[in-house]
Amino acid sequence: MNPSDLKYTKEHEWVRVESGGVCTVGITAFAVESLGDIVYLELPGVGEKLIQEGQFGEVESVKAVSELYSPISGKVAEVNQGVVDTPEVVNESPYGDGWLLKVEMDDASEMDNLMTADEYDRLLASDTH
Amino acid sequence: MQDGRFTSPYTPNTDDDRRRMLDAIGVRSFDDLIADIPAEHLNPHIDLPPPTSELELRREIGAMAEQNAAPGDYACFLGAGSYRHFIPAIVRSVATRSEFMTAYTPYQPEVSQGTLQAHYEFQSLVCQLTGMEVANAGMYDGATSMAEAALMAARVTRRDRVAVLDTVSPAYRQVLETFVDSQGIAIDTLSPGSLQIGEGTACLLVQQPNFFGYFEEMEAMAEAAHSAGALLVVAVDLTSLGMFRPPSEYDADVVVAEGQTIGVAPTFGGPYVGIFACKQRYVRQMPGRVVGKTVDTRGRDGYVLTLQTREQHIRRERATSNICTAVGLIALMTTLYMSSLGKQGLRRVAELCYHKAHYAASLIERIPGYSLPLSGAYFREFVVQCPKPVAEINDALLERKIIGGLDVSDQAPNGMLVCCTEMNTKEEIDRFAEALAEVANQ
Amino acid sequence: MTSTPKHDLESLNRRLLMERSVPGRVGYTLPPLDVPEQEGPPAEMLRDDLPMPEVSEGEIVRYFSQMSQANFSIDHNFYPLGSCTMKYNPKLDDEMASMPGMSEVHPRQQEAGVQGALKLMYQLQGYLAEMTGMAGASLAPMAGAEGELAGMLMTRAYHLANGDTGRKKVLIPDSAHGTNPASAAMAGFDVVPIPSDEEGNTDLAALQAAVGDDLAGFMLTQPSTLGLFDTNILEVMRVVRGAGGIVYGDGANLNALIGLVKLGDLGFDVVHSNLHKTFTQPHGGGGPGAGPVIAGERLKPFLPAPVVEMSRGPDGTERYTLGAPPQSIGKMGAFHGNFGALVRAYSYIRTLGDEGIRSVSRDAIINANYILSQLRGYYDLPYDRHCMHEVVFSARNLKRAHGVSALDVAKRLIDYGVHPPTMYFPLIVEEALMIEPTETESKETLDYFIDVMKTIAQEAAESPDLLHDAPHDTPNTRLDEAAAARRPNLRWRP
Repeated sequence: MNPSDLKYTKEHEWVRVESGGVCTVGITAFAVESLGDIVYLELPGVGEKLIQEGQFGEVESVKAVSELYSPISGKVAEVNQGVVDTPEVVNESPYGDGWLLKVEMDDASEMDNLMTADEYDRLLASDTH
Repeated sequence: MQDGRFTSPYTPNTDDDRRRMLDAIGVRSFDDLIADIPAEHLNPHIDLPPPTSELELRREIGAMAEQNAAPGDYACFLGAGSYRHFIPAIVRSVATRSEFMTAYTPYQPEVSQGTLQAHYEFQSLVCQLTGMEVANAGMYDGATSMAEAALMAARVTRRDRVAVLDTVSPAYRQVLETFVDSQGIAIDTLSPGSLQIGEGTACLLVQQPNFFGYFEEMEAMAEAAHSAGALLVVAVDLTSLGMFRPPSEYDADVVVAEGQTIGVAPTFGGPYVGIFACKQRYVRQMPGRVVGKTVDTRGRDGYVLTLQTREQHIRRERATSNICTAVGLIALMTTLYMSSLGKQGLRRVAELCYHKAHYAASLIERIPGYSLPLSGAYFREFVVQCPKPVAEINDALLERKIIGGLDVSDQAPNGMLVCCTEMNTKEEIDRFAEALAEVANQ
Repeated sequence: MTSTPKHDLESLNRRLLMERSVPGRVGYTLPPLDVPEQEGPPAEMLRDDLPMPEVSEGEIVRYFSQMSQANFSIDHNFYPLGSCTMKYNPKLDDEMASMPGMSEVHPRQQEAGVQGALKLMYQLQGYLAEMTGMAGASLAPMAGAEGELAGMLMTRAYHLANGDTGRKKVLIPDSAHGTNPASAAMAGFDVVPIPSDEEGNTDLAALQAAVGDDLAGFMLTQPSTLGLFDTNILEVMRVVRGAGGIVYGDGANLNALIGLVKLGDLGFDVVHSNLHKTFTQPHGGGGPGAGPVIAGERLKPFLPAPVVEMSRGPDGTERYTLGAPPQSIGKMGAFHGNFGALVRAYSYIRTLGDEGIRSVSRDAIINANYILSQLRGYYDLPYDRHCMHEVVFSARNLKRAHGVSALDVAKRLIDYGVHPPTMYFPLIVEEALMIEPTETESKETLDYFIDVMKTIAQEAAESPDLLHDAPHDTPNTRLDEAAAARRPNLRWRP
């Protein structure tokens, strides 16, 4: 089951609102499982602007590349250097140490466009019959 | 005697085998298997010569080979992108082992460690020789390697112009045009004396030594490129690197080269191998196959194809290039050559080329009517200005069993691009100079 | 019990050249300088150090010979690697290519001195055009992917020459090799995938919906990468050509059609031929090959340079020259293509001749269908119809029932001395195993392979770990590809 304090996209990213309008962004356990061993992440630089549903990077496994889409609009405040240096951390802990970005959110109401954990679980259930 | 019907030595199954297989498949005839092919187009007439036996074919192709003036029988002073060098026996002997020769691309690493380790050695030695940080497992040839370097520079810098010096091989510049034009990348051709590099330029492409054999001022090139935010791409002569400083010392970002010059016979132009090496930071933008070292489930060292997400079979239309399998066997030949010549031999070959070329130049310069129009340092090639059209001179030389230098009169008046390597003996060079003197007066 | 102390010979043997290097060892001899020593270049132009290996000749030979024995090769093993056409490579062809009159010839020699080489190229151009039903050929492209790029650039040049600047779209089936979209993109086109229908043919409705006045062309592999002859082919031609598009034939599978049908007769405008596949060349651990591009009347003027032309002198003697077609897309490489590969293909085509060339496709098709028929029921058949030269199975039945993947089956085959088939391609087939036996394998070899595949299916049910851990007897067990990609080690370092 996916953590209930997060919001989700249909492209399998998650976002958590932290204090002070900053959000943490990552990819879901389902995304990690379907990709297999993650070997490389192409992430934006600090200060870059993200747009909700816009592409912000790429995640690579040995034999696949997936695009990353931003759950919210805002400015990149921090990039997780830990996953850039050791991408396997995303496999091991997608909701913990494997987070990707901290983002200063532009508009908190955008969170309403995202799925709850329940809704995301149902999406996965309907996709994987 | 057999009846007239031809049986291919390469297809083992007999009519009886085929009958049993068709029965097992459950069809009456072969035609039932190919019923999907529109009947009106099936089994067309094919106008080919009849089957030919090995003995007959040896004679026939042998006769075609004899129609070619093969250097060896002729003293040859041609270079211009393909060079005759001595190749130790082990290069051919080892490279043609059928384990290397009749294997395919190492998709299954557990049964391809030979090819993979050889490619890793190739990448390592290319880095050692050029001084660059990383190299791929090879491109088709030097010219396509340079074109791909220009495309990579455009990706890296997100710019859509490339600058190329007019002293780069015309053939290389033509290939560049074929490759970049369709992608909307413009080419600016500059002369080394006026390096005006615009802000939107992705790279400066330089050949070192240049097409005419002379060395460019590389510090100036690097400064011009880098101050405009462009990459410096150098097409380098690998043989010269036995003596001359490597491109890493003048801060090249990408190094490409024709690998033919280190261990591959001229073979009328191919197959050769393109060298592609660059700074570490561009490794994920490189085209072509790359081999990496890793470990197996028992912890033993081994090698695999890696960084494959750059490539067409995964990234498809967004791949760094469409190149896949290129020239593994030729890369192996150059690896064997570099192993065999090694630290001392590579220097020695370069020195022999240098001194012979300069000796030849010193003789030709003294012949009335001939001169060396270019100045500066050169390696094993130089331009000679002849007293009459080069085509006429070369025809007369051929009668004397000499293959003269390349006619470059489209770029230098009555210009002949002369090349000497360790293959040219003093006797050949002396004879060449004498012949030039003779034909000048005919 | 005898006991031999364990020493690590394998690690000793696998040491890299730079690790073997010992100052003072040499692996060559060279003649002394026989001309007077000349004034050297300025010292600042010279390099201080040349950090290359110093290894003796015998050590090099032994090192590389041992290395080679870690390879599977077609001379030693059955190699049913789908789409790669690993057929026997005739030794005669290699010998012909390495005759000094071929291998020592310099590409810049005057044409008068290379008439034999040019004649061979001229005749090969003609043979390729004849076998594919086309008007002309250029031997310049140095690999299949380069032939594709040439074909796409010709397509672009053709439309531009007609003043047709809006044709930006190239359609490509979802089953295609990755080189197709990559080549089309390199030629500046936008790529639109076209799905396959339930029979594995081009989905005609999707094709109809995708064509318009922005259509540049359609890249079609025939037979497809599923090993199937696209039975919609004539309709596909009508639709694409009706919309003003060029039909490009990927000749990767030409070995299934050679002698049976000419692509030009079906309506293809341009096709490349992987000479190393259809006309058999040693694959060299990944090249070299050659990818000549062959065109019908519409695209012939745009062929890459050079092409070999023939004229006759006043006395009727043939004279061969290198020329460029009138609207040529330009050069694909520094010289004239991979000549060594051209000599081999020429030798092969002449050996078989008009009569023998038909046996290539016939026996390849029978061999593939024989395997299909004997393994039906053991492995899933996503498209259960007669195949051409290769058959695509799916291991999804084993995956679902026993957790055994196509990868596991492939690795287990190694234990039985067979090279794995192509796996996970085409992308539209789950757990794909793509098997191409080629015409040069005997019924006995195929029967062995079939038996082994049946045994493996049984092992999957009874002892799946045997497959998960395969291969068992190779120099390396399964390698950590994730680690290789995460922290790339691409060269020896001191």
